[in-house]
Amino acid sequence: MSSVARSVEESPSESHERGGPVRHRVEELDSVVVRFAGDSGDGMQLAGTQFTNASAIFGNDISTLPDFPAEIRAPAGTLAGVSGFQINFSSQDIYTPGDLVNTLVVMNPAALKTNLKDLEKGGLLIVNSDAFTFNDLRKADYATNPLEDGSLSAYRVIKVPINTLNREALKDIRLSPREVDRCKNFFALGLVYWLYERPLEPTLRWIREKFAKNPAILEANTRALKAGYNFGETTELFPVQYRVPKAHIKPGTYRKITGNEATALGLVTASILCNKTLIYCSYPITPASDILHALAEMRRYGVRTFQAEDEIAAVGAAIGASFGGALGVTGSSGPGLCLKSEAIGLAVMVELPLVVIDVQRGGPSTGLPTKTEQADLLQALFGRNGESPVAVVAPCSPADCFDMIIEAVRIALRFMTPVILLSDGYLGNGAEPWLIPDVNALPRIEISHPTKPNHDGQFMPYLRDERLVRQWALPGTPGLEHRIGGLEKEDVTGNVSYDPINHEKMVRIRAQKVANIANEIPPLSVNGPEEGDLLVIGWGGTFGSITTAVNRARRKGLKVASAHLRYLNPMPKNTGEVLRRYKRVLVPELNCGQLLLLLRGRYLVDAVGLNKIQGKPFLVSEIESEIYRLIGS
Amino acid sequence: MSTVATTPLPTLTPKDLSSDQDVRWCPGCGDYSILAQMKKALAGLGIPREKFVFISGIGCSSRFPYYMNTYGFHTIHGRAPTFATGLKIARPDLSVWVITGDGDGLSIGGNHLIHAIRRNVDIKIILFNNEIYGLTKGQYSPTSRIGTRTKSSPQGSVENPLRPLSIAIGAEATFVARTLDVDVNHLTDTLRRAAFHKGAAFVEIYQNCKIFNDGVFEYATDKSVKADNTLYLEHGKPLIFGKDRNKGIRLKGLDPEVVTLGNGVAADDLLIHDEKAEEPSLAYLLSRMVYPRFPECFGVFRAVERPTYEALINKQVEDVIRAKGPGKLEELFASDDIWVVS
Repeated sequence: MSSVARSVEESPSESHERGGPVRHRVEELDSVVVRFAGDSGDGMQLAGTQFTNASAIFGNDISTLPDFPAEIRAPAGTLAGVSGFQINFSSQDIYTPGDLVNTLVVMNPAALKTNLKDLEKGGLLIVNSDAFTFNDLRKADYATNPLEDGSLSAYRVIKVPINTLNREALKDIRLSPREVDRCKNFFALGLVYWLYERPLEPTLRWIREKFAKNPAILEANTRALKAGYNFGETTELFPVQYRVPKAHIKPGTYRKITGNEATALGLVTASILCNKTLIYCSYPITPASDILHALAEMRRYGVRTFQAEDEIAAVGAAIGASFGGALGVTGSSGPGLCLKSEAIGLAVMVELPLVVIDVQRGGPSTGLPTKTEQADLLQALFGRNGESPVAVVAPCSPADCFDMIIEAVRIALRFMTPVILLSDGYLGNGAEPWLIPDVNALPRIEISHPTKPNHDGQFMPYLRDERLVRQWALPGTPGLEHRIGGLEKEDVTGNVSYDPINHEKMVRIRAQKVANIANEIPPLSVNGPEEGDLLVIGWGGTFGSITTAVNRARRKGLKVASAHLRYLNPMPKNTGEVLRRYKRVLVPELNCGQLLLLLRGRYLVDAVGLNKIQGKPFLVSEIESEIYRLIGS
Repeated sequence: MSTVATTPLPTLTPKDLSSDQDVRWCPGCGDYSILAQMKKALAGLGIPREKFVFISGIGCSSRFPYYMNTYGFHTIHGRAPTFATGLKIARPDLSVWVITGDGDGLSIGGNHLIHAIRRNVDIKIILFNNEIYGLTKGQYSPTSRIGTRTKSSPQGSVENPLRPLSIAIGAEATFVARTLDVDVNHLTDTLRRAAFHKGAAFVEIYQNCKIFNDGVFEYATDKSVKADNTLYLEHGKPLIFGKDRNKGIRLKGLDPEVVTLGNGVAADDLLIHDEKAEEPSLAYLLSRMVYPRFPECFGVFRAVERPTYEALINKQVEDVIRAKGPGKLEELFASDDIWVVS
């Protein structure tokens, strides 16, 4: 059973009367999971985002997961066209969007069919009953109407004729019937706002700003939202209203942030910290394009964006920008990373800084463009010809994308190396509160460029410091003219060399340089006992599910800890030592066992995997069950 | 009156532009001449040596940067224009040259070539066309003529060749020219004109591959036939050619035709070259003239002024900063709804 469902049961039901046209009992809960689902044209993503903002501003901890189809507009009402948005909001610290849904809002039969399996038994099911006509049912492959055939008896079904009520509320506004119907997501939203005592003001303000130039639409959406809210208050369909108190959160100023937003903000911040122009080169690809969109808006911060003709051009331009002394960054998803491989190898060979972002999605090939997966780890580490080591880092939550992209930039510039940041669709599109950092407290990234010859009056481009890092001499500097390239080069001089011993030496130097990064990253820390029966270790977007599952198992008295690798190459120096402190090691991954292979191979530990390849994140319960299976309960 | 102190322009000699590396092209390769003329052309530009960057892909021609004592980057096959584009966005102050060949630039790198040209990035793209793959030891290339017998086309190539200038003009290059490895003065002058052009300059150089495709441009280089097979373009002048300067190009409908002057055909009837024509149609027509049906044109086909890509991008940044002031991170972070937890 999920934490959310349990917290509902565990919560003291504190009933009290409240005023208003109808008396509703108010029940207090720790945590609630709501999902909005409808046709991709129904505005579910917008409803979900607004609900998230309102909850965050109210003071809950939040975590969200949008789920949308790859097709921009699949045929209306079909199963392929269903779009959903899930939000977990809580008075406690939460790390995931939640396993089972407590309240499911469905705008049509297709949304019911594809989402019902995630609704907890006894959960609240709010249905737009106007959308259950013969045709709608047929499009969703229903032989009989589920609202009438008794198949929903395990749930608390509330049938609301949302189309009718919305039209009624908006009847004297001069809009087309189509425009009126487009407001029905706000009616549904208003209803759920009432149900969970959410403040209307943030959304009303958003509507006022968004539709300032279109008074009719502004009025319609405002009225739809309020009508939904008032319907909840006046109808007798809802015996209970729920309250999720504010969370105890570290003091500070917060905003909601998605992983892709955090990545974009982190890049701009890094460019200011290292005092370099950010040149972001990218080719549009799901789910990474939002980073390009966000950065294209940031010209005021000196950001240059280059929408390249293809993935290869994007990485080539980023390396060219780096060669010129700028902060060259390219972003993509797995298929794009494949195309960039050769150029990344060149950056390894010439030893120029480069940051590559891979917002992973389901693969191989085109795969599942809008779904999440962690199957590019080995590609990031090894997907190039020759011995071609690069640094690899991975954020563990949407907000962590901010910190880890700054880390990626720091490592790339300080070690003259490509760094790949492995985000994923779940992190990129998921959102959580972000404690806005104090800009002045962020550590600067100190970079210097040579201005004088470094060796007997000559410039040697591959002369190295004690960390094995070469100098970053910029074109335009008199006296330092030099050539770099993809051919093997002689140590120190950089001249083309086919000498066998030199080649081995250079391969080992490049590898050792990347290995030296381990001297400048934090050690691996554990959540839980320092030693014990089981360590659950992961990387990337599984952090929330792993941490929640381990915390629950610990509350049941198990000697289990979790650790999360944010640095995947090189790994923290104490990784092997941490792994050996536990009798068993479990590695949950959204792939067939890629980190598992690395840990077993490098550290000779008998780790086991828990693997899910469904385009979806782990449920907490899935990891929790595996913990109990491995070390008993 | 006070005198204004001026910094004298650096006077470079071709020797200043020679790197200490041994040149390793085959004896008799046309690349030697191009290297020598490049140094000569660059030496006279008044641009300091450290401002030059040579970027290449893969192939015989792409070894070029190693032999120039400037900044250089030998990149990967076909992608040189992408590195040059990124560099130019970062550093508009540099004089960036892309050295490529018919295989590198038109086969594996065709896409990048087109896009660098259409964006009008201020780079000089020099394409050495020898109609063959040299470094991989002699396979037919995208510019090889139909029937070319090579190791990979023992019965003769059946593929229709690309005309590099037609591609460049199709992408609306702002500067397009053609020259020859052995015509040293014309080569130097053409490179110099490309250097002075602000925007994407595309220069095709007919270059002889002594080993795998020897003599493929003989019709344009052999002194006994050259005058009848080539036409040197001059802006504002009629298209006249031939040993006796008595042949010209006239427009018949939409197509060019070769006519002999006299017998009622006067110079006024001929096409007049206009390298500054706004529309690329005339330049395209000239690029389609192929030996033996026509003399092949050399010189500047097109030279028009357009804003460069990097200037437009940088202007967007400058404009918004001028209008709204430089961005502050604190404001950026707070650009969404914020809330305070106390």
